[in-house]
Amino acid sequence: MPVITYREAIRHALDEELARDENVVVMGEEVAQYDGAYKVTEGLWKKWGDKRVVDTPISEAGFIGMGIGASMLGVRPVMELMFWSFAYVAWDQMINNAASVRYMSGGKINCPIVIRGPANGGTNVGATHSHTPENFIANTPGLKVICPVTPYDAKGLMKSAIRDNDPVYVMENTLLYGMSGEVPEGEYTIPLGVADVKRTGSDISLICHGRAVLTCLEAAEILAAQHGIDCEVVDLRSIRPLDEETILESVRKTHKAIYVEENKPFCGVGAQIASLIQDKCFDDLDAPVLRISAVDAPAIYSPPLEKLQLPYPDQVVAKVLEIA
Amino acid sequence: MNSVAEKPKHVDPTDFAAAAINQALSRERKIKILSDMVRIRRFEEKAGEYYKGKGGQTFMGGFLHRYDGQESIAVGCASLMGPNDHMITAYRDHAHALAVGMGMNECMAELFGRATGCSKGKGGSMHYFAPDKNYWGGHGIVGGQTPLGAGIAYGLKFKGLTGSCMTFMGDGAVNQGAYHEALNLAGLFDLPVIFVIENNGYSMGTSQCRSSAYKNCLAYRADGYDIVWDLINGWDVYEVRAKMQIAVERAHKECRPTVVEINTYRHYGHSVSDAKAKVYRPEDEIERYKQHFDPINLWKNRLVEESVVTESEYETIDNDAKAEAQSSIEFSLASPFPEFEDITKDVYFEVDEFTAAGRTGRHFFND
Ligand SMILES: Cc1ncc(C[n+]2csc(CCOP(=O)(O)OP(=O)(O)O)c2C)c(N)n1
Ligand SMILES: [Mg+2]
Repeated sequence: MPVITYREAIRHALDEELARDENVVVMGEEVAQYDGAYKVTEGLWKKWGDKRVVDTPISEAGFIGMGIGASMLGVRPVMELMFWSFAYVAWDQMINNAASVRYMSGGKINCPIVIRGPANGGTNVGATHSHTPENFIANTPGLKVICPVTPYDAKGLMKSAIRDNDPVYVMENTLLYGMSGEVPEGEYTIPLGVADVKRTGSDISLICHGRAVLTCLEAAEILAAQHGIDCEVVDLRSIRPLDEETILESVRKTHKAIYVEENKPFCGVGAQIASLIQDKCFDDLDAPVLRISAVDAPAIYSPPLEKLQLPYPDQVVAKVLEIA
Repeated sequence: MNSVAEKPKHVDPTDFAAAAINQALSRERKIKILSDMVRIRRFEEKAGEYYKGKGGQTFMGGFLHRYDGQESIAVGCASLMGPNDHMITAYRDHAHALAVGMGMNECMAELFGRATGCSKGKGGSMHYFAPDKNYWGGHGIVGGQTPLGAGIAYGLKFKGLTGSCMTFMGDGAVNQGAYHEALNLAGLFDLPVIFVIENNGYSMGTSQCRSSAYKNCLAYRADGYDIVWDLINGWDVYEVRAKMQIAVERAHKECRPTVVEINTYRHYGHSVSDAKAKVYRPEDEIERYKQHFDPINLWKNRLVEESVVTESEYETIDNDAKAEAQSSIEFSLASPFPEFEDITKDVYFEVDEFTAAGRTGRHFFND
């Protein structure tokens, strides 16, 4: 199977969907002539031209809102945010308009829009550029939010997102763009709302999303090699819709669960999952559900400190040892 | 165009040296302007050198947006500031910081992520602040600082102070809604704010004509809000000062806003990692600006002509600036990193100060 980068996987998804559906438009700051600030859209403008791949001014509220409006008429915009941190400039459009128009119109209007871009800390760009708003979005009925971590998932989920008839917000990660993985040639999609067990195990469930999945996989290797503990790593992939059954199945098997995420703890995704587990399989639990998240403060700039602000494998190992 | 700024009085329009504000400039202050511009250039060069790393070691993370080529703006504007005049800008913020009197040490140490940095290593390159020097940052979100600038002006007026807030942004930032809302508020509420568009022709890889729809020039949009506007050639310190002084006086005497658009050019890429800096801009364009419109050269030549400095005095100024930049590197390398516990400090005033309000309820949620 060909090995390609996460960045290429997303690009292939965009390219294939541009080919499949003439209503797909890729739009955002520097996506066309500059080939994308993170080179995700490299070559697409050359191939598809001005009508399908569009550079915008630095006007997130305007162009995201414009995309939402166009989607109401059946255009299928795939909007790039250079950083998800810039979404806050467009928050009214993304949260009020996109999430509510279907409901408020009694189902007469829908918004088949994708908004995508990197949402991550860990690159020392400071508090204004390191936001991870997946929990805010998941908190908003009407919106869908996915956080792919491998090239395979990124491509398959992106294609489903573009074909979806509701607003789907895709959280990528600048630290993942250069990572490689196997991606089959040709057409495939991954449905939203289906988690993926990235490592099977019997002793404890490490449930996670985004780059924290890689942290958990590393921790699982250490725990297996040094402590004889067999971790199961469950990657949500999609936050909303949420695959509850895969989570519960894993916990019923291992009887212990830790949620790991790079987001902040308060009202984070992990809080929802902990609530779900105690609600639906309390009797299966041998220990309280624990959580690991970023240190609860705005993202610090200082490189060695930011490394400690985000979850790292040894931290997961230590947490597992508390209850395993 | 009935709201075009009036030309300064008693001035030959082609020679802004004749403006009263420039006539009043002492020899020492002319040299200070020169040395501040040179210090900024040498600071940015040193930062660039260490940003790339040395001997396999890295020293900085994040972005580095250099100011080379635009020095006359930050320094020219800062040279007009009185006790109640303030500054706020975007992420290309090192120059304004040095121009208002922040030290190279604290600025460089911030890039190195050290506890001795101006933001204790918490903000990084894009987020410098020195409220004690009337400098309110250093803001990473394009256009986000523009309502803040209006707000500082609001605060000055509210407190009955005669002052202004110079609010800087790029040519790309003028398309953010926040800026337009700030313009309307400034016009409506008579705020002593000066919006300064540092027009270097590009927002990242997008030229002005590919990012903005406009008539006449970007500053002309102010006309729709009945705000006086003006255009300035950024390469001439005298012109920057003469025309900015009119805006400062308007703020002080009439409590009214101004929009100025200052033409300038950045010598390097959008940030140090802008791989296409020489692709979206023709090489000869970059060279032309470096050769003929370098504000430091132009100001130095002017001062040599005026017999204010000699070439050898200039060399001393330059050597001093290089030495100061080098010693800021040594200062940074010798400085400690923040402690782990520092990550959750400076989040809430009430918690840091251990006030009553900071002791009720839980503020942080790890474990
Ligand atoms: C809201 C927001 N959108 C996008 C960005 C990414 N970005 C940072 S600087 C920049 C270009 C700004 O250009 P301009 O305003 O002309 O200022 P210059 O860099 O030329 O000084 C962009 C797109 C951002 N920081 N904030
Ligand atoms: Mg610009």
